[in-house]
Amino acid sequence: MKKETWKELTIGTINLDAGNSVKNLTGTWRSGKKPQFIEEKCIQCFFCWLYCPHSAILVEGGEVKGINYDYCTGCGMCSVECPPKEKAIIMVKEEAKLAEGGAE
Amino acid sequence: MAKLKDLAAMEDRLVAGHGMCLGCGIPLIFKIILRATEDPLIIANATGCLEVCTTIFPRTSWNVTWIHSAFENAASTIAGVESMYKALKKKGRIPEDKKIKFLGVGGDGGTYDIGLQALSGAVERGHDIVYVCYDNNAYANTGGQRSSATPFGASATTSPEGAESPGKLQRRKDLTKILVAHNIPYVAQASPNRWQDLYKKAQKAFEIEGPAFLNVLCFCPTEWKYDESQGIRLAQTAIDTCVWPLYEVENGKYKINYIPKEKKPVLEWIKPQGRFRHLFKEENAWVLEEYQKQVDEDWEELNKLAKL
Ligand SMILES: Cc1ncc(C[n+]2csc(CCOP(=O)(O)OP(=O)(O)O)c2C)c(N)n1
Ligand code: SF4
Ligand code: SF4
Repeated sequence: MKKETWKELTIGTINLDAGNSVKNLTGTWRSGKKPQFIEEKCIQCFFCWLYCPHSAILVEGGEVKGINYDYCTGCGMCSVECPPKEKAIIMVKEEAKLAEGGAE
Repeated sequence: MAKLKDLAAMEDRLVAGHGMCLGCGIPLIFKIILRATEDPLIIANATGCLEVCTTIFPRTSWNVTWIHSAFENAASTIAGVESMYKALKKKGRIPEDKKIKFLGVGGDGGTYDIGLQALSGAVERGHDIVYVCYDNNAYANTGGQRSSATPFGASATTSPEGAESPGKLQRRKDLTKILVAHNIPYVAQASPNRWQDLYKKAQKAFEIEGPAFLNVLCFCPTEWKYDESQGIRLAQTAIDTCVWPLYEVENGKYKINYIPKEKKPVLEWIKPQGRFRHLFKEENAWVLEEYQKQVDEDWEELNKLAKL
């Protein structure tokens, strides 16, 4: 990729590429633990979606379907807030990182 | 009543890939607030964690028109945009039926402290804006300096606990009350753990004509120093101890939106947080006692106001 210089900047450095931070894969920060989704225990309450600071809950066809590890930072709030007695999200140990950052 | 499933189906106005910390409360607050209107939105954001972490050049996490504002004047910036919108409407350059909502945003440093004058002026002039303060009790983005929102007794980098001091020795400023004193149509306090309440308040704030102010408690694992998975639990404790009462003041009329079944001791709020750890030293027992007294006084006063 050719490095941009100030000559390519928009006036006022207006960023016209709305929402382009999706290219930052925050999942690369995760270390030690990651959430695991157990579909059959899920009651589709959407609390995990609500309480995920990094938009890492996968929702497809109006249902919670799992975790997007590209963005999950492993904070664990989804698991703590998951209401069923037998939780549908549990935190498990993670040895290796699953996401590689800096992708264009 | 809003359903989370429907909210989840709405477009994200603040997208993934921002740099806020693990377990941060800010994105949760705005996930709800930004869905409380379907109208186009223009946001002015004072510098602070939200502003910095969502716009690290050349990226942005914003899917709406968003303006970086200096630390001290987010309210002035958004008031100016709203004035321009009105002027252009008058000139016929914006269609009469086109609706746009205007939102000013800042942390407690940018709102309680350095941005207070701008905010006071903007709401006093009656601009049709919503201003949201996410109150994480500190200047978090620059490493956790104390603000006027930092609780009594909390340790912060500029009010450190140690041999000379038991943490911050000044009582927390009650900004919500200051906004109420401006006699604006709508002022409310909310917390992300009561998302329905926050959502309704944000809807009201956007719908009401004239200035509206929301003060939202925002947990910050980095500066409060607790296990980052516990943010929502901690916010629940804040409302159960009445450290952060949920209430609204609509056209001068107070309403408490959450009354704990059993008011818990402030001790439960401070226990999980490292910034209060020193309050368990024998010589600091009085600080905790004083903090409890302040919380009790404020809660009692609020209850009196709500009965008027
Ligand atoms: C006039 C001015 N003073 C200081 C700064 C440096 N600064 C940037 S963000 C920040 C802290 C913001 O604190 P707060 O408003 O509480 O938001 P938070 O960081 O907690 O999200 C400071 C001091 C600045 N940008 N401008
Ligand atoms: S919080 Fe738990 S039960 Fe609720 S939708 Fe998420 S995984 Fe399913
Ligand atoms: S320092 Fe606190 S408020 Fe700032 S991004 Fe981190 S957790 Fe959020």
